[in-house]
Amino acid sequence: MSVVKTKIGRRSFIKNTSLAGGGLVLGFSFLNSCKPDQASNMVADELPKEWFEINAYLKIGENGKVTIMSPNPEGGQNVKTSMPMIVADELDVDWEHVIVEQASLDTDSFNFQFLGGSQAIRRGWEGLRMAGASARHMLMAAAAEKWQVPASEITTETGILKHGSSDRSMGYGEIASAAAKIPVPEEVELKEINDFKIIGTSKKNVDGLNIVTGKPLFSIDTYEEGMLTAMIVHPPAFGLKFKSVDDAAIKSMPGIRDVFPIKVLEDDYERQHFDTCTFLEVVVIVGDTTWQIMNAKKAIKIEWEPFETYTEERQPYSGPKQILTIPAGLENSEEHKAMMAAMTSKKAKEVRKDGNPERAFRNATKIVERIYTAPFLAHNCMEPMNFFANVTADKAELKGPLQKPELTEHAISERLGMPIENIDIQMTRLGGGYGRRSYAHWLIEAAIISQKVKAPIKLVYSREDDMTGGIYRAAYQVKYRAALDADHNITAFHVNAGGIPESPLYADRFPAGAVANYLAESWEINSNITIGSFRAPRSNFMASAEQSFLDEVAEATGKDPIDFRLELLEQAKNNPVGERNDYDAERYAGVLKLVKEKSNWDENFEGLSRGVSAYFCHNSYAAQVLDMKWENDKPVIKKVTCAIDCGIVINPDAAINLCEGGIVDGIGNALYGEQTFKEGVPQKSNFDSYRMIRMTEAPKEIDIHFVKSDIDPTGLGEPSFPPTFAAVANAMYKATGERYYHQPFLNNPSNNS
Amino acid sequence: MANFNLKINGKTHEIEVDPTTPMLWVLRDHIKLVGTKFGCGIAQCGACTVHLGENAVRSCQLPISAVGEQDITTIEGLSENGDHPVQKAWLEIDVPQCGYCQAGQIMTASAFLKKNPNPSDEEIEGAMNGNICRCGTYTRIKKAVKMAANINQNT
Repeated sequence: MSVVKTKIGRRSFIKNTSLAGGGLVLGFSFLNSCKPDQASNMVADELPKEWFEINAYLKIGENGKVTIMSPNPEGGQNVKTSMPMIVADELDVDWEHVIVEQASLDTDSFNFQFLGGSQAIRRGWEGLRMAGASARHMLMAAAAEKWQVPASEITTETGILKHGSSDRSMGYGEIASAAAKIPVPEEVELKEINDFKIIGTSKKNVDGLNIVTGKPLFSIDTYEEGMLTAMIVHPPAFGLKFKSVDDAAIKSMPGIRDVFPIKVLEDDYERQHFDTCTFLEVVVIVGDTTWQIMNAKKAIKIEWEPFETYTEERQPYSGPKQILTIPAGLENSEEHKAMMAAMTSKKAKEVRKDGNPERAFRNATKIVERIYTAPFLAHNCMEPMNFFANVTADKAELKGPLQKPELTEHAISERLGMPIENIDIQMTRLGGGYGRRSYAHWLIEAAIISQKVKAPIKLVYSREDDMTGGIYRAAYQVKYRAALDADHNITAFHVNAGGIPESPLYADRFPAGAVANYLAESWEINSNITIGSFRAPRSNFMASAEQSFLDEVAEATGKDPIDFRLELLEQAKNNPVGERNDYDAERYAGVLKLVKEKSNWDENFEGLSRGVSAYFCHNSYAAQVLDMKWENDKPVIKKVTCAIDCGIVINPDAAINLCEGGIVDGIGNALYGEQTFKEGVPQKSNFDSYRMIRMTEAPKEIDIHFVKSDIDPTGLGEPSFPPTFAAVANAMYKATGERYYHQPFLNNPSNNS
Repeated sequence: MANFNLKINGKTHEIEVDPTTPMLWVLRDHIKLVGTKFGCGIAQCGACTVHLGENAVRSCQLPISAVGEQDITTIEGLSENGDHPVQKAWLEIDVPQCGYCQAGQIMTASAFLKKNPNPSDEEIEGAMNGNICRCGTYTRIKKAVKMAANINQNT
């Protein structure tokens, strides 16, 4: 049994704080009320007549039904099911009696309402457990009072309170009204992991029926009384800005209400980490219907002009303030490649050095040296960027999909000149996020438009507006060198990584710690093409390059690629070099061993080309074996076997679904994904030119295995994605005899040179 | 502007609209049937798939003037209670992640199974290849289509 402190006072709210001595902090206020029903997966006659609020996370009806709030935005990770499962398990209720509701942004009641970095479950875990456990405790205390027995003699069993010696029992609903008045306990007992009944069992997506019947779950489905639709026109190229608009041709078009430019962020606004905004000024067309505005967009005449180089100050998520230089000019992908290639011979910033790598390379018997590159990628969420806004003189009602609502509040408050408490952000299901919806400039645009036209509006981007609007995954390059001695041991390892406009380097990741002489260097090239988080930021490239390179080094040493990695991990475990290594070598080796077993790696599969890869990121470990056949000049992926260590798994089938998605996403981006530029103009603007993976190209089978673990949950949204790229490249090598160094791997002339 | 009488999900709707307006926007902006989704606007992603008669079509490329007398079925009209075999299979396999593309996937699958009630894996892949799922639920979609075919044959 573990007893944890709930929090200090009943009303107090402590955010993201660790107590001295390792105590746990309950990051929510118990007195804040639940929002009214937003969605119900229960038929009306099962609903209670009255709800009793036990805390901000849950209320119990007189008939024993329970409403549990899901605090974080849902973007397909299934947190709207798995987060309430955690509460329900500690509360000890029947999952069938639970109604789940999406909470709106409410920083007083909820902690870390954030979707990103595979953090929702990891950071929510303790608070969710305490919300359920403390409510259960209050129910037991209320029952003790009613029955006049010590609370310690009361037990619970799936929504029923019991007093064994007097053989009395009652349902939670019967005592819920009294429990709501019980003081919140100072400390609360959490379940033993072995006693979980709901956590670790597969529960269906609570929104499943709404999704398959086409219910309006997404903010793009919002149609409110008096609502107008708005679209934007942004510059056609990076490096251009708005000059003037001639709206004469479109003002009189049917359904067009207004045309005007807006400034998205004020010049003196100090940006926070997620305040990336590609085009600071855009032209807005407001009208009655989407089709009318789309026609007007084709007819509108706008002049754009080049901008001068400028700097942008920004307070990043952590660390000191940054000053970014946004260079003038119209950039080209071919020039980008040449600029990156030139960086390998320039002096880069030394980030980590162990031992004497220069000497080790001088003394090497053999040096393996390879360069890997990857292009810009667009996120391409299926639900185009959109937001609903109704801004009046003293209030802003905002509704839509975004990943970091708490961090966007600040920007919207500054821009509207309205205090944060007057701003209400409702979180709708995200039609995909993958990092893109962390940067909610469209929310600000929607609010400004509503404020200006004095009406509720829904801003909708076209596919082209989104795909050509920046906030891409950056373009990267890494050069690896490995020094081998006469006995095929790695004596030195050198990583030189950079990108446009950010470096992907993680200096303290494997194989750092496993090699005596190690050097990590970093560089950056400024660009006016904007970038943002993209599923497993930077890891998605580093895993690809590193795991392809290690495959090649393993081959140079004549070792099996899994055994080769395990040997290095054994060294990192027993004799770690340096103190900053960010991974646990034993857990890392654990997923490799599991995938080796589950994929029957040691067996000989006739005609099958197999690639292996493993990576650690977002606090979790993933290893994959990808089985490929080369048919009709292209890869056919027969099977991917994947082992993951993410600690305790909440909802296994949903977790498997998420990992399957990561793998398919990885294959798609590895083989086809790229955004390119000519004179600043993005060359891919819709799915006719931007190649997305489709069903025929997905693996015929995906087999996911979780390492059985008692460790508190770590991340899952991202870790299955990065290793896939190298598993693809390594299998392609087996199939074709060619190494693939440059993404996308297919139809890329760079791979033939 | 012109007047149109449309039969959608068994109901008649009278709409006055520019004849070039794609059915996608007629359904969403005018009739407020929002289950049919806007994804790309150029018939490349399949999120807007509806049935025109018995055929799965991309409503973003179907002008209202081309509909004529044909019945239109949207995700909202596929079944009364979400119990069409394809919907049941989708729930049983728990296919969706973000869920945005799934209505289009289901409309493509249900039209396909009507024409090919016992498809091979390759036929399923071919039929579903025009529908993008950015979350990557393809292996589940394929399983669900197969399951729906079985449900169809056993009922």
